Amino acid sequence: MSILGTRVVRTEDPRLLTQGGVYTDDLRIPELDGAARITFVHSPIAHARITGIDTGAALASPGVVAVLTAADMDDIPAGDGRPTAEPLLAADRVRYVGEAVAIVVTEQGYQGEDAAELVSVDYDPLPAVVDFDDALAGGTLLFDGTDSNVIRTGGEPAPPGAFDGCEVVVQRTFPNQRLAPLPLEGRAAAARWADGRLTLWASTQNAQLARDALAAAVGLDAAAVRVVAPDVGGGFGAKIATDRDTIIVAWAAKHLGRPVRWVETRNENLLGMVHGRAQRHTITIGGNRDGRILAYHLDIVQDAGAYPRGATFLPGLTQLMASGVYDLAYCGSAFRSVLTSTMPIGAYRGAGRPEATAAIERAVDLFAAEIGMDPAEIRRRNVVAPEAFPYTTPSGAVYDTGDYAAALEAVLDGAGYKELREEQARRRARGGPVQLGLGLATYVEITAGDGGGETARVVVDATGAVTVYTGSSPHGQGHQTAFAMLVTDQLGIPMDKITVIHGDTDQVPTGIGTFGSRSLQLGGTAVHQATIQVKDQAREVAAAMIEASETDLELDTATGIWQVRGDPDTALSWAEVAAQAGPAGLAADVEFRADSPTFPFGAHLAVVEVDTQTGKATLIRHVTVDDAGTVLNPVLAEGQRHGGIAQGAAQALLEEMRYDPEGNPLTSTLADYAAITATELPSFELLAMETPTSVNELGVKGIGEAGTIGATPAVHNAVIDAVAHLGVRHIDMPATPQRVWAAISEAKGSA
Amino acid sequence: MIPAPFSYRRAGSVAEALDLAGEYGDDAKFLAGGHSLLPLMKLRLAMPEVLIDLGPVRELSYVREEDGHIAIGALTRHHDLEHSEVLARSVPLLAHAAGQVGDPQVRHRGTIGGSLAHSDPASDLPATVLALDATLVARGPAGSREIAAAGFFQGLFETVLEPDELLTEIRVPLPAPDAAGWSFQKFTKRAIDWAIVGVAVQGHAVALVNMAGTPVRAAAVERALAAGAAPAEAAAHAAEGTSAGDDINASPAYREHLARVLVERALLEAQSV
Amino acid sequence: MVNGAPVAAEVEDRLLLVHFLREAAGLTATNVGCDTTSCGACTVLLDGESVKSCTVLAAQADGRQVTTVEGLAGPDGELHPMQRAFRAEHGLQCGFCTPGMVMASVSLLRENPHPTEAEVRAGLEGNLCRCTGYHNIVRAVLAAAEEGLGSAPGESVR
Repeated sequence: MSILGTRVVRTEDPRLLTQGGVYTDDLRIPELDGAARITFVHSPIAHARITGIDTGAALASPGVVAVLTAADMDDIPAGDGRPTAEPLLAADRVRYVGEAVAIVVTEQGYQGEDAAELVSVDYDPLPAVVDFDDALAGGTLLFDGTDSNVIRTGGEPAPPGAFDGCEVVVQRTFPNQRLAPLPLEGRAAAARWADGRLTLWASTQNAQLARDALAAAVGLDAAAVRVVAPDVGGGFGAKIATDRDTIIVAWAAKHLGRPVRWVETRNENLLGMVHGRAQRHTITIGGNRDGRILAYHLDIVQDAGAYPRGATFLPGLTQLMASGVYDLAYCGSAFRSVLTSTMPIGAYRGAGRPEATAAIERAVDLFAAEIGMDPAEIRRRNVVAPEAFPYTTPSGAVYDTGDYAAALEAVLDGAGYKELREEQARRRARGGPVQLGLGLATYVEITAGDGGGETARVVVDATGAVTVYTGSSPHGQGHQTAFAMLVTDQLGIPMDKITVIHGDTDQVPTGIGTFGSRSLQLGGTAVHQATIQVKDQAREVAAAMIEASETDLELDTATGIWQVRGDPDTALSWAEVAAQAGPAGLAADVEFRADSPTFPFGAHLAVVEVDTQTGKATLIRHVTVDDAGTVLNPVLAEGQRHGGIAQGAAQALLEEMRYDPEGNPLTSTLADYAAITATELPSFELLAMETPTSVNELGVKGIGEAGTIGATPAVHNAVIDAVAHLGVRHIDMPATPQRVWAAISEAKGSA
Repeated sequence: MIPAPFSYRRAGSVAEALDLAGEYGDDAKFLAGGHSLLPLMKLRLAMPEVLIDLGPVRELSYVREEDGHIAIGALTRHHDLEHSEVLARSVPLLAHAAGQVGDPQVRHRGTIGGSLAHSDPASDLPATVLALDATLVARGPAGSREIAAAGFFQGLFETVLEPDELLTEIRVPLPAPDAAGWSFQKFTKRAIDWAIVGVAVQGHAVALVNMAGTPVRAAAVERALAAGAAPAEAAAHAAEGTSAGDDINASPAYREHLARVLVERALLEAQSV
Repeated sequence: MVNGAPVAAEVEDRLLLVHFLREAAGLTATNVGCDTTSCGACTVLLDGESVKSCTVLAAQADGRQVTTVEGLAGPDGELHPMQRAFRAEHGLQCGFCTPGMVMASVSLLRENPHPTEAEVRAGLEGNLCRCTGYHNIVRAVLAAAEEGLGSAPGESVR
C-alpha cells in the first residue's frame, strides 16, 4: 500500500519540540563568533529631505564600533538611475516612516538601541501623500523627474455597451485593505566576509534568489556569495528573496571586515516589512433578474507605497483571476498602481489573487441582493460548468481542472445550509440582538504561476541512506516530510534514512524556492522524477550485479530489497547496489518545469453571529472545500488550509495596517495591529475533494494560499448577511464592531 | 524593545521599600509585577533611573476577611484574586474582573496594587475598585493614610500617590445584602485587548472603563436608579459626564453608544444574580 | 535554576529574562516575537506558572525556577505528553511560536486539567500563531488533557 495520501506526522517536529528550531538569531556557530550587532536608524517622518546626519554622539556611546550611512556605501554598484529607484540606506530623501537611514554597529545588542537614539538626523519635511485620490491627482509628485505618481497601468475601462442588455447593474467601490504579513519570526540576518566570500544567513524563502540579488547589489560574482536559510519562522510571501535591510547587513560585514548580525523588533517589522493587499476596487456587475450574470468589470487602484516593488506586478495577477469561477459574457479589468508615502507593497499570502476573489465574491453578493436571490443559488447559476475544462477565461488564464458546482454543493450540504437559513429566519422573526449571518465564497486560484521550474537532486549512498537536495525552501510547510514520502514510496527506503537538504546555496546552487504555492507541484515533481531516475539506475546496476535482465528484477518497496522475481537468493539491498554504482553512489538531477500553472478551487461557507447592538461579529463555524488535486499528506494539507482560513478571516474581521494623512503609522505594534488569536476562531470543518490536475504526474496543485483566498470573502459576506435584513448592503473590510454598528445605524437612519 | 539603562534595587520588606524610595526620590519607581511598567519602559515611554523591585515583599500578598471588609495586599496577583475563595464568596465582581485582565501569563505576574498605581483608565481594576467604593491604603515616610478610590485616580498614569509612597492595601467593603448583584461587561474586538469600553456594577454603583481620563462613576445612571428607573431607562444616561476618547478602535459617539448598551446589560445581569 | 540546573551570570540590571535564557543559559528555543507583551512566543514557566519572559527582568527571576521547552522531555529524551500531543496533532508548522505555545499549554492544563475547547482557546489568548490557525494546537491541548500530564518527565517541580 502506498504511503502517498496517508496521514504521516512530520519528521521535522521532534527537534522543533524539544530543542526549538534554529532561526537566524539562534545561530551559535564559530563563523559568527565575535559578531557585532546591527541596529537600524529609521525615518520617523513619512516624507522629507535629509539635510544632515550627525553621528558624533552615537559614536561616543558605549560599545559602538561604527555608524554607517549611505555616504559609506560607495564600495558597491550605484543604483540603476531610474527616477523611482529605491536606495539601500536613504541618502538625501526619506519616503516612508520606517525607511532605513543609518546603521549603528555595536559589540552587544542592548547597546545598539541606546546608540541608535543618539544618531541625530535633520529632516526638512515635505508633503506626504497617503490618500489614493490625492496620489492619483498628482498635486504633489513624490519623485523628481516624473510627471505622475502612477507607476504602472494596465487593462481598459469597460467598452461602451458592455452592460447593455443587463436588466440590473450594480456598481460599488470598496477597499481591499493594507495588511501586515506578520510572520512570527521577523526579518533577521547574519553575515561574514572571509576568504573572498560573503556568507549571509537570513530568514528567506529563497536562498538562491537571495544570493543572486545580494551578489548584484554588492557587486560580487554569484560564486563569491553563499546564502543559507536556517529555520525560517514563517514567510507568507514577505520573505521572498531578500530585502534591502538584509542586503545592508551583508554589505556591513564586508565593509567592516567583521561578522555582523541583526534581528528586527516587531515595531520595525510592522513598519519595514512589505505590506500586502492595499487595493481599492470599483466593481460593476450586470445581469438579469433571472440570476444570470452577464458582465463584470473590475477597476483596481493599487497602492504601491513609497517605491515600486510588488505593485508593478500584483494587480496583473488580480486581473488574470478577475472572473473567478464564473462564466461571464464580458469580463474586463483595469488597474493603476500609484505611489504613496507609506511602506511599499509586496506579495502576501495570495499576492493579487485574494483581491480578485474578494472583489467578485462581493460583487456577486451585491448583485444577488439587488435581485433578491439567494447567494448560493446565484452562484449555482453562474459558475463554469464541469464539462468546460480546460477553460479559458476572458483574461486568458486556462483553468486546468475544476468542478465548482460540486464544491459549492458539498459545502452547502456539509454545513446544513437549509437548516442554517431556517435558524436565521427564526432569529430575524424573534428580533433579538444576536443575529446569524451566512457567507459564501466560491473561488479558483492560480498556483505555480511564476513559470519557473524547480530542482531536485536525489542521492542514495553506500549506506543505503538517501539525501534529497531541493530548491524548495520550506518555512513551516513540512516539505521534509512530504518529499521523504515521495522517495520512500518509490524506493522502499524508510523515512528515517532520508534527509532533505534545502536553503543553502553551496549545497543547492540552483533553485527558485517556496512561494506562490509551487513547492509540491514543482519541487515535489522534481524529487519524484529524480527518484525514479535513481531507481532506474539502480535497476541497471542490480541487474548487472546479479547478471539478470532488468525486466526480471523487482524492487519490494515494503522492504527496500532488489531481487529477481521469485528468487530470494538474488536479494540485494540498496546499500549494496549503491556501493556497486561507484564512490558517489546513485544520483540523479532533475529540473522540472511544468507546461502551465495549476488552478486549485473551492468553496467556503462562514457562519457568523453579529451582536446588532454592539456591532461585534463572531465567526462560529467555517466549512470549506479546498480542492488542490491529489493530496499527498492530508495532515500537511489540512494544516495549510487551517492557517489560510485564519489569515483570511482576520482580514475580513480585524486586521488593517493604517496610516494617518501625514503618513504616520497608526498600527505600529501588536497592541494596535489586531492579529487574530485562538479566542476569535472556531475549529474549522474541512471537507475533502480531490480533482487531480494533468499538468504534473503527481496530479497535485498548490494548497498554501487557497484557504486565505476563500475565507476572506466568505467571512466578509457573512457579516453583511447577518444584518442584511436591517437594510445593510455592504460594510467595508475589516468589518470591525464600529463599522458594523455604523452600517446598521445608517441603514436605520435611511429606513 | 529594550528599556533605557537603570539601576535595579531589591526590597525585602515594606520598610526597606520605603527607605529605598526615600533615598532615590523622583528618580525611582516601584516594580511590582512589572506588566504595566515594563512594557512602557521597553518602548522607552518611561525611563526611571532606579527600579525598586517589590517581588520579594511577600507580606503584601493576601486576601483576608476582616471586620466588614475584605483586606487585599497590594502585591496580590490578578491570578490569586481570580482564584480566591474569599473573593468568590464575598466580592465576586473583583474576582471576575481580575480574571479579565490581560491573559493568563499577565495574570501570573500583574498585581492589583501595580495596576491601580499605574492608573490607566482602560484597565479593568481601577473602575472595579471605584464601583466597590474601595479604600486604598498608602504608606510613606510619615506613616499610613487612607484614600478613597473616588479620589485616587487623577488622570492617565497619574494618582495622588507621592513618589515615596507605597500602596500597601486595598480595602473593599462587603456589599450590603441589597447590593449583592454585580456584573462586569468588557467590550473588546479581541479577548486579549484592553476594553474599548467596560462597565463594573455592584448593586447600584456603576463605574465605567475607558470613558474618560480616569475611571468614572456613571453618576447620572446611579441617580436614575435611585429614583426607581428600570435598567433600560437608567442606562440611557450612561454617557453623561464622560469624555470618551477617539482612537483607531472607536469614535466618541460609538463609545457613548457602547456605554449605554453595556450599562443596560450590566444592570440586567446584576439584577438577575 | 533553569530546567533544573543552576545558571549563574552577572548581568545588566535591565537584562530581560528571555535574553538571559537565550544568551547566559544558552537556551535559544524561547523566542522573541514582539515588543508589547502581546505574542507569547517568549512564554516560559516561572515556578511552574506561565509568564512572558520578555516582560520579566532576569533579576526578578533570581533564585527562582524557570522551565523552558528544552526542559520538558525526560533525561532519556522521552517526550513530555504535551510535546507528543503537538506532534501527533500537527500543532506546529514553522515552529517559531511553538516553545511559548507549549509552555502556555502546560501551564493551562496544570491549572485546569480538563478544559473545554472554549477554555483552551481563552487560555491561549496570549499566544499568537500565524501558521496553524490554532485548530490543531487546540486539538493537541485537548489530546494532552485526555492523556493527562501526570508526573511528566523533566519538569521542574515548584
